[in-house]
Amino acid sequence: MKPVDFAFDQPATLAQASTMLATEGARAMGGGQSLGPMLNFRVARPARIVALHGLAECQGVEDAGDALTLGASTPHAAIEDGRTPDLPGGILSRIAANIAYRAVRTRGTMGGSLCHADPGADWLCTLGALGALVLTWTPRGGRMVPLSGFVTGAFRTVLQPGEIVQAIRIPRPGADFGWGYVKACRKPGEFAHAMCAVLLDPTHGVRRMVIGATGGPPVVLEGDRADPAAVEGALKGAGLGPVERRMQAVIAGRAMEQAMQAHRGTRA
Amino acid sequence: MTTDDAPRSNSFPGHNNKQGVGQSVPRKEDDRYLRGTGEYVGDIRLSGMRELAFVRSPYAHARLGAIHKPAGREDCVFTAADLHGVEPIIANSGLPGFKSSAQYALAYEKVRHVGEAVAVCVAPTRAEAEDLAATVVVDYEELPALSDMLDAITPGAALVHDHWGDNLFLQTQVAGDVDEIIRTAPIHVKRTLRTARQCMSPMEGRGVIARWESRLNQLVLITSTQMPHIVRTGLAGCLGLSEEQVRIIAPDVGGGFGYKGILLPEEVCAGFLARHLGHPVRWLEDRREQLAGNANCREHHYELNAYADRDGRLLAVDADASVDAGAYSIYPFSACLEAAQVASILPGPYRMQGYRCHTRSVATNKAGIVPYRGVARAGVCYAIESLMDDIAVQAGLEPWEVRLRNLVPAELMPFDNITNKHFDSGDYPEALRRVVKAIDVPGVRARQAAMQGPVRLGLGIAIFCEQGAHGTSVYHGWGIPMVPGFEQAVARLTPDGGLELRVGIQSHGQGLETTLAQVGAEVLGIPIERIQVVHGDTALTPYSTGTWGSRCMVMAGGAVATACRELAERIVAIGAKLLQVRAEDTRIVDGAVVSGERTVTIAEVARTWYLRPQELPADVSPAGLEVTGGYRTRRDTGTFSYAAHAVVVSVDTEMGDVKILDYAICEDGGVLVNPMIVDGQVNGGLAQGVGTALYEEMPFDAAGQPLATTLADYMLPGATEVPLLRIDHMVTPSPYTEFGQKGIGEGGAIGPPAAIANAVNDALRPLGVRMDRLPITPHRIVSALMAREQGVAS
Ligand SMILES: Cc1cc2nc3c(=O)[nH]c(=O)nc-3n(C[C@H](O)[C@H](O)[C@H](O)COP(=O)(O)OP(=O)(O)OC[C@H]3O[C@@H](n4cnc5c(N)ncnc54)[C@H](O)[C@@H]3O)c2cc1C
Repeated sequence: MKPVDFAFDQPATLAQASTMLATEGARAMGGGQSLGPMLNFRVARPARIVALHGLAECQGVEDAGDALTLGASTPHAAIEDGRTPDLPGGILSRIAANIAYRAVRTRGTMGGSLCHADPGADWLCTLGALGALVLTWTPRGGRMVPLSGFVTGAFRTVLQPGEIVQAIRIPRPGADFGWGYVKACRKPGEFAHAMCAVLLDPTHGVRRMVIGATGGPPVVLEGDRADPAAVEGALKGAGLGPVERRMQAVIAGRAMEQAMQAHRGTRA
Repeated sequence: MTTDDAPRSNSFPGHNNKQGVGQSVPRKEDDRYLRGTGEYVGDIRLSGMRELAFVRSPYAHARLGAIHKPAGREDCVFTAADLHGVEPIIANSGLPGFKSSAQYALAYEKVRHVGEAVAVCVAPTRAEAEDLAATVVVDYEELPALSDMLDAITPGAALVHDHWGDNLFLQTQVAGDVDEIIRTAPIHVKRTLRTARQCMSPMEGRGVIARWESRLNQLVLITSTQMPHIVRTGLAGCLGLSEEQVRIIAPDVGGGFGYKGILLPEEVCAGFLARHLGHPVRWLEDRREQLAGNANCREHHYELNAYADRDGRLLAVDADASVDAGAYSIYPFSACLEAAQVASILPGPYRMQGYRCHTRSVATNKAGIVPYRGVARAGVCYAIESLMDDIAVQAGLEPWEVRLRNLVPAELMPFDNITNKHFDSGDYPEALRRVVKAIDVPGVRARQAAMQGPVRLGLGIAIFCEQGAHGTSVYHGWGIPMVPGFEQAVARLTPDGGLELRVGIQSHGQGLETTLAQVGAEVLGIPIERIQVVHGDTALTPYSTGTWGSRCMVMAGGAVATACRELAERIVAIGAKLLQVRAEDTRIVDGAVVSGERTVTIAEVARTWYLRPQELPADVSPAGLEVTGGYRTRRDTGTFSYAAHAVVVSVDTEMGDVKILDYAICEDGGVLVNPMIVDGQVNGGLAQGVGTALYEEMPFDAAGQPLATTLADYMLPGATEVPLLRIDHMVTPSPYTEFGQKGIGEGGAIGPPAAIANAVNDALRPLGVRMDRLPITPHRIVSALMAREQGVAS
């Protein structure tokens, strides 16, 4: 199928982009890797596409010691290749390297991925576990939204019309942190049918487990509840069948195992 | 009788060792394929051409009400009522009891599957045509849909074709006497098996351009097809044209596998519109149309029983097989071919005393079934090879041992099996022994025993034989619109000594532009660089049923050899005149006519003949340097290539993931014209077989909606899923073909579902779980294990 007829804008500043996005039927485009298929299936029928790839304001990266900030337009491939600051152990790079296929990673962006809010998205799950914040921009000022509160449902976020995600801030965990991330895919590069990220960060008192690919927003289990044995029960309300819940629990067990090993490793 | 002595060389004086039969020369066509300079329907633009988009039914089964065209654009939208004089596509079988379906180019009165074309819109671009299609409003009265073949055969089911009274295209019965064996056999095994409905997925979808050529009063249809001549015959019938008024051109075709062995409603529409509108029109199928509207192959349901003696010797097979044939009998293969094949090939490569098989071709609200690479055989092999494994367990034997006891031995070849299939040649047990050695059964068993933890190892074996290039005596019995007979090829020398070979088959990935040139090189010694294989145009090539059934290397290869040999005689006759010797005293060697020390090149012969006839004596024959050679095999019951597959998999019993760790095939395709191309065919087939075994499935909901309508949902195996294959070749010539070659195009796809399923079940057997449905997905494995856990717990 072919997309509906639409106007195509390439603004140079956030202010311009915001004005354009305020027009009837306008839609932002990051890398176009999720929007593109939606256009082709005519699931999305925008009157106007506002491409964000030319906005320098969405491209900066910063390592401020206690947190990394990545511009929303940072493509997965830049993270995969280590062209952006990373957390210890190349955590972000390894996540990026297993998103989709290289061609998709070249264009697809971290910001676009979060805004799209596909329940199976890697960043949604992993950045949630890392306690990331979404920095948004509007002409009236921006917001800083914790990822846990950013996604309200499958393909739904708290973004208001015209509000643009400018950057993502990822707090740096303490030196003895442990990280685990495991996902199950039918084929490498396909969306996962089970995924779990675990952050053990005693320095900041964090023990967090995030289950993705649930069909809805990621399920966050903190503290004592962050236990693989609790996963099947915790997912009862998520609309998953017993087989999917079982698989999620197995993957959670493997992610927890990874995180504990990493944690022991940092202390040794 | 495994031997490398093909019955050839001596009969071919021009023998070109470097490029002839048996040489792995690189494929001529790859240069354009790999550089992206191939020319497909999607690459072709004709002046004034407009694009088509179809309005397709969102319902699986509905009565059609009014169709409302957008105001002011009525002349760009066409429905069944507008297609004056167009007849529906009808593909009947002559088998008794067959019920006929009429497939209208645009739906008439009823729609019978999701994606059925209801109206067609014409616009300058596809996007605009889709805009138009979105404004067409169709009134549907939804009817109960049949999305499962077993529901369709329960009494009181809704009717796909109202006047039939039931939903059976056809039932057949092989009524062997097995009652005594059933009563007395010490071993009885039973299985209920199901294979999924798949979508054949060539890289290039279907596509067609139609243009009315007023100069010749002729419709020119450029279409992505495997069978240009058959499309011509069928299309002429539907459009009320005579066949000389229809020319079919197949440009580069980006894969077929059976998906393009069909006359399409879209071709009929495009053909009608080109004439009606007076400008060319084009339709290019997109992935959405392919997946949502054309899930069309492989769906079988089996109720199987096998009986054996205590030593695992097969006594009888008693089977009940249903095939979901979809809503319409497709042209030319019909709705019954698949099930009829099931009945005749289920016994596989084995000997047995009794055989009974009841088949049904069931009509449902899905796209009509089209034969896919390894037609019916992938399912059949899965069925019989599952039974063999069960017998092995009962008899306490290794899977390979039980097979060895039942395979037709080499000394009985040629062999007529229980369904009168005539196995032409081969040593089936030897293929099995070789593959068992290659996979290292004792080594795998030792690793299996030593494994701990949730990941288990499994070993699977499958062996089958594959009828190819079968002809009239096999096909006329089914009475379908197309019965293959003889094959012709034209060999024509150009004035500068090049060779044109014109064939009615279609090459779309098989490498026939190379292998047929190799046959030319074998006979005439002309280098393949100077041999042009012309195909894909009914105006240029002899009539042929086209490319299907692993027939081309045998049939077109035989025809090319025949034509080239006759051409060689004419070349020699002229060359002898030029050398002033007797024709009997000359030979063709490396592209020249040779007599003792004296030679004249074929190019000189050609130049003299075409341009300097004054140099020839008056008594030279005027027949010329263009020959149509006709061919049939010495016996038309088909060649039987065969292969043994062995695979080792790991199964993660927590997550249900199956990994293929090792895959070995020993195959025998007779004399291989180009072994490298055969390896390519086997590898490509294997990829598709892995898809059948582990990935590909189009599920339907109860309303008949297809649920995997993007490639994110319909899983095709990719580079990371296809194992590195080890292939071993045996070479047992077919006694019935030109060079001893056998059809070998499909086997790679036949064995994997059986071998992989057996391997997974071997891994799961200690856990008391068995997978009886393809594809074997992680979800199905975990689900079965959980059910088992609960069963044990309660
Ligand atoms: C074949 C394939 C496989 C894939 N597999 C995976 C996978 O395994 N894991 C995974 O995580 N992802 C996967 N993806 C998705 C991929 O990661 C996309 O890059 C991502 O989902 C969207 O990013 P994008 O920049 O392309 O956004 P776009 O497609 O351009 O936009 C997506 C949505 O976000 C909005 N948007 C984009 N940027 C902004 C912004 N800055 N502010 C406000 N709104 C914005 C758009 O309006 C749109 O609604 C896959 C995609 C494909 C095509």
